[in-house]
Amino acid sequence: MSVTAREAILARIHAALPEPPRDIAGSHASIQRLYRQTGTLDAHGRLDLFIDRLLDYDTEIIQIEAESELPFAIERALEHYDPQRILAPAEFPSAWLPDSVPIQRDHALSTSELDHFESIVTTCEIAIASTGTIVLVHGGAQGRRAATLLPDHHVCLVRRDQVVETVPEGLAAIAAQSHRPITTISGPSATADIEMTRIRGVHGPRRLTVILYGR
Amino acid sequence: MTVRVGKTSTAPPFPLAAKAALQNDQLRRNVHNATTIIQGKRAQRVDEMPDWQQLRQAAKDIKDHTLAHLDHYLVEFERNCQRAGGIVHWARDADEANRIAIDLIRQYSGDDPHPEVIKVKTMTSDEVQMNAALEAAGITPIETDLADMIVQMGNDEPSHIVVPALHRNRFEVAEIFRRTMNLPNLTDAPEELTKAARTYLRNRFLRVKVGLSGANFAVAETGTVCVVESEGNGRMCVTMPNVLITLIGIEKIVPTFQDLDTFLQLLPRSATGERMNPYNSFWTGLTKGDGPTAFHVILLDNGRILQLNDERERETLACIRCGACLNVCPVYRETGGHAYGSIYSGPIGAIISPQLQSLQHSRSLPYASTLCGACYEVCPVKINIPETLIHLRGRIVREDQQTLSGKLAVENIAMQAAAKIFLSHRRYEAAQRLARTGQLLFERKGQLTNLPGLAGGWTRFRDLKPLPSQSFRDWWKARSKPSPHGERVQ
Repeated sequence: MSVTAREAILARIHAALPEPPRDIAGSHASIQRLYRQTGTLDAHGRLDLFIDRLLDYDTEIIQIEAESELPFAIERALEHYDPQRILAPAEFPSAWLPDSVPIQRDHALSTSELDHFESIVTTCEIAIASTGTIVLVHGGAQGRRAATLLPDHHVCLVRRDQVVETVPEGLAAIAAQSHRPITTISGPSATADIEMTRIRGVHGPRRLTVILYGR
Repeated sequence: MTVRVGKTSTAPPFPLAAKAALQNDQLRRNVHNATTIIQGKRAQRVDEMPDWQQLRQAAKDIKDHTLAHLDHYLVEFERNCQRAGGIVHWARDADEANRIAIDLIRQYSGDDPHPEVIKVKTMTSDEVQMNAALEAAGITPIETDLADMIVQMGNDEPSHIVVPALHRNRFEVAEIFRRTMNLPNLTDAPEELTKAARTYLRNRFLRVKVGLSGANFAVAETGTVCVVESEGNGRMCVTMPNVLITLIGIEKIVPTFQDLDTFLQLLPRSATGERMNPYNSFWTGLTKGDGPTAFHVILLDNGRILQLNDERERETLACIRCGACLNVCPVYRETGGHAYGSIYSGPIGAIISPQLQSLQHSRSLPYASTLCGACYEVCPVKINIPETLIHLRGRIVREDQQTLSGKLAVENIAMQAAAKIFLSHRRYEAAQRLARTGQLLFERKGQLTNLPGLAGGWTRFRDLKPLPSQSFRDWWKARSKPSPHGERVQ
């Protein structure tokens, strides 16, 4: 009987490695990580950094204070769009949506139905200030992947206390949910493939609006 | 088992291909411009990181650890991926990987005689020449990364690990798009070209049933796969099709999700000079109601395991394909990527390509370097590329010496003679005297301009200063003699 590719590959790796497996978990834990794990800025500095990074990526920002102002902020973010073609995840809180705009809900819409929408409004899981990144752990009010991808404009709500400073803090915050699909978004879709010129908007949303709210 | 890396088996040796590349002024200008821009952006984004060296060290340590326990982590990845609904296949070489992919695509395409697949940039699939294999099987692969589209539509080869169409300028891209997309009025503004690509691909993203991706990272602890990209074509390819096939080189494994915090800081800054690339997609097996309903992983060896045997060669497997070493390399910047005859070009390509193929092909590449060390300095995972180049040159020389023609080669005889001469100071001094007399035949206006034999390789391009009439050794001897006035005390 011929060996399977799996057996052959594992046997050859085993033969190639000099040392027999010891305490693998212990050896992994002993790797020194002397880089910055946590941030040093206060809440104010952290938000300033986040805003600076978002602007650097051509992200639009709307800043409000109370959660109760969200409907107005969302309305403002969507003012240039066809009100018939705005989408929100089924689980997105109704109280946050403006009454003036007939926003439709994503009740398992088909791909071609999704492609018809111009804008999608979602929440996010966390945001990372140092890189201007918002992180979606898909599902619920953060939307499923296709719904946040096909519309050309993504409006994303970020509560101020969701913003962490460093990448390690950001990953630590989502590690427990790594079984769910996750997308990190840093600015609108872009390419620099032609003469290294950064062009905003290829296949993903060409416009990204972040609404900062709460404390 | 037959390891294959792109078209290396039929590629001309580097010096020959480089000569042709150097005569193409347009290509050199394009490569120079692009690499200068990325280099500058990278430097700016790295300089703002106070802990860059610590990040590099940790990333290197994580890779070292993973490779030392690679079998353990591969099995752990397989278990967790399958637990989440993925199916893991193993491929020893290029043909096996292609066969698995073709069988899967046929199986899911039912009675469609001409199935299509949408692809997000994967160098590994270029390595195994998957597109050619798919086409031979009647399957149409559609590249969706803008640069890969330019390469595919132009019937071209990638010339850079991160920016495969870096050798093309906007005018050339416009020409390719006008022809293949049938858009005679398309201008050469990058915005227009990008928009054309968006329109061209949108209905394909919605229509095509099978997606094909590579992976930047595969997490053993969770079975999670990660794709790093900018355009959103990656998100499309891993989300929209019913079936997703992901080809992963076995060295892409990392132990834990948290380990990604080093690589996700190092990779974007090194690759494109961005603090973070626009999109990272992470997925683990299947998710009900979101994305594909079938997910297959192909774990590929294709010559990687051979590099585990040797500590110096094992380090190459740490590469995260950022391309930073290409952008700073004084050789790559002049020749561009095609001269290397491999889809893995530049300094890292000069060690990856021959190693994957046990030095059967790409044997000229370890010599395609000045050993200046710039590549090592920018490498985010601290691969000592110059040391590895020298190591591979040594292997090639020792292999050549095993054959009769290698033994009798002029270079080998000259080097053996040189080794003997260097062993004894008498022989060394005699050789210097001989050279000083001999060079008189070739000296023109105080320069050696046309030496014979092997040394002619040098003087064909630059003059050489002749040996001075007094060597340092002679001068030292003369100086050390105590003068009659007793100036030099014992």
